Amino acid sequence: MTMNMVIKLEKIFQFYLEGFKNMRVGKTLWGIIGIKLFLFFFVMKILFFPNFLKENFNNDTQRANHILNELTTANLTKESK
Amino acid sequence: MEDALLIDWSRAQFALTALYHWLFVPLTLGLAFIIAIMETIYVKTGNVVWKEITKFWMTLFAINFAIGLATGIIMEFEFGTNWSNYSWIVGDIFGAPLAIEGLMAFFMESTFFAVMFFGWEKVSKKMHLLSTWLVAIGSNLSALWILVANGWMQHPVGMEFNVDTARFEMANFWDVLFNPNAYSKFLHTIGSGYVMGSLFVVGISAWYLLKGRDVVKAKKSIVVGATFGLITSVFLIVSGDESAHEVALNQPTKLAAMEGLYDGHGRVGIVAVGQLNSDKEIGDKSEEFAWSLEVPYALSFLGFHDMNAFVPGINDLVYGNEAESIESAKSKIEKGKVAIEALKTYKEAKKSGDEAKAQTALETFRTHENYFGYGYLKDEKEIIPPVALTFYSFHIMVGLGSWFFLLFFVILYLSMVNKLDGKKMLLRLAVFSIPLGYIAGETGWIVAEVGRQPWVIQDMLPVGMATSNVSVTAVQTTFWLFAIIFTVLMIAEIKIMLTQIKNGMEAH
Repeated sequence: MTMNMVIKLEKIFQFYLEGFKNMRVGKTLWGIIGIKLFLFFFVMKILFFPNFLKENFNNDTQRANHILNELTTANLTKESK
Repeated sequence: MEDALLIDWSRAQFALTALYHWLFVPLTLGLAFIIAIMETIYVKTGNVVWKEITKFWMTLFAINFAIGLATGIIMEFEFGTNWSNYSWIVGDIFGAPLAIEGLMAFFMESTFFAVMFFGWEKVSKKMHLLSTWLVAIGSNLSALWILVANGWMQHPVGMEFNVDTARFEMANFWDVLFNPNAYSKFLHTIGSGYVMGSLFVVGISAWYLLKGRDVVKAKKSIVVGATFGLITSVFLIVSGDESAHEVALNQPTKLAAMEGLYDGHGRVGIVAVGQLNSDKEIGDKSEEFAWSLEVPYALSFLGFHDMNAFVPGINDLVYGNEAESIESAKSKIEKGKVAIEALKTYKEAKKSGDEAKAQTALETFRTHENYFGYGYLKDEKEIIPPVALTFYSFHIMVGLGSWFFLLFFVILYLSMVNKLDGKKMLLRLAVFSIPLGYIAGETGWIVAEVGRQPWVIQDMLPVGMATSNVSVTAVQTTFWLFAIIFTVLMIAEIKIMLTQIKNGMEAH
């Protein structure tokens, strides 16, 4: 990494740092964003939204077979609305 | 019964998250351009008042953006958990547009947003202005990819169903991108965002005028907001006409429900206002409306660009109409069942190594695959969406859209002749029109999504076949969790926004 590149990266870092430091309403908003992302990705996603096909099947062949099975036989038990 | 309950709760949960998400998106789409226009005036004139105006609206934009950020990701969680059949089946089609959307959003937000908010004194005026315009354009392009995906569900093109992987695979990217349904929907949707942004600016500025605060800035904001609103209202009407034309061509059941049309005929008018006959059943001979006022010939003309065109009604689409070459739903259901049976035979023949039988079954499937989704319907009347909800939502949307056009026209005219002062009733109406903008946007989505029931992919996959085998209790729990989280977010947005507005434009 050249010296020029380091200086540029430092300038970009300073730009963001000063921007965040000088925020007024922004601080409240970042707080809301942080809490929201935590709730979405670390609570909702992990506890309540597992990927059904990834959790229940090991590979794409199994997943495809499951869906084909749903499409060709499970329709007899599912209600179409 | 358990399946029906699961489908209803999964559907309700998706509707809830989509409706809440759409509370935040349209303002971002519209306000971004209005801010860019205001900043352009500042750069052109050098008048610092325009800089202060730009900064004020930019703060409100930031609040809306921050609160709405990632509310759409919830729908992707739901795809993987509650709608795994659907996710798998459409994965190949949706992968590309959604990945492009994600990458664009990330790069745009991390670079140009930062310059827009942090860069006022750090970069040149022109560089800052460029960033503001790029944020506006980028937000709208982001919406393009989502609407390409949605347009494909409404009118699937450029794909082929792979019988071995059970997936729709993209055969032609350009057909998917330039799907007429997708771009008419995109233009109409961003148009509604522009009108929402304009209503927001005009409404809040009207509040300042009513309070006698920040009068100069409020008046300048009103001119920009009302001009942008008037132009984009016309754009909204034109794109709405194109969107309705696409519905007429590809989703006739939706069009029939939008207009409460049961018996099709030529020279059909549009119901301007009316009350549906709530006792009306499909196939009976009772009147369609308790009362109605109609614009003659309008539906034939707008739907098919021909005043004499035949517009099929609900009864024609359910029971068929030989004279107009409309196939009955019963016939389509039978063909759909043949396609499902052929797919089953193909799968079993492949498993047992009987290639000849598999090939014959595949040919049968290909002959009937356009009716595939119908095979899952148990009753021919299932092809019709909820008529009352679609009809009233459509008419509320159109009525409000007409009101917004009139409002922008009157306010802009009075602003230009400098006679807006003292028009308290009009200014109050402008303030009260802000929530009406949200109602118009949401009812538009209700028409688009409820109106295409029972399909998750038009004619190919009904909603009932798209869900996962998860427990109803799990879906109910997350439904209420989302209802609470989103309501808290909405209250937070309103509270923070009101505080900023009450602080006045000077504070920025």
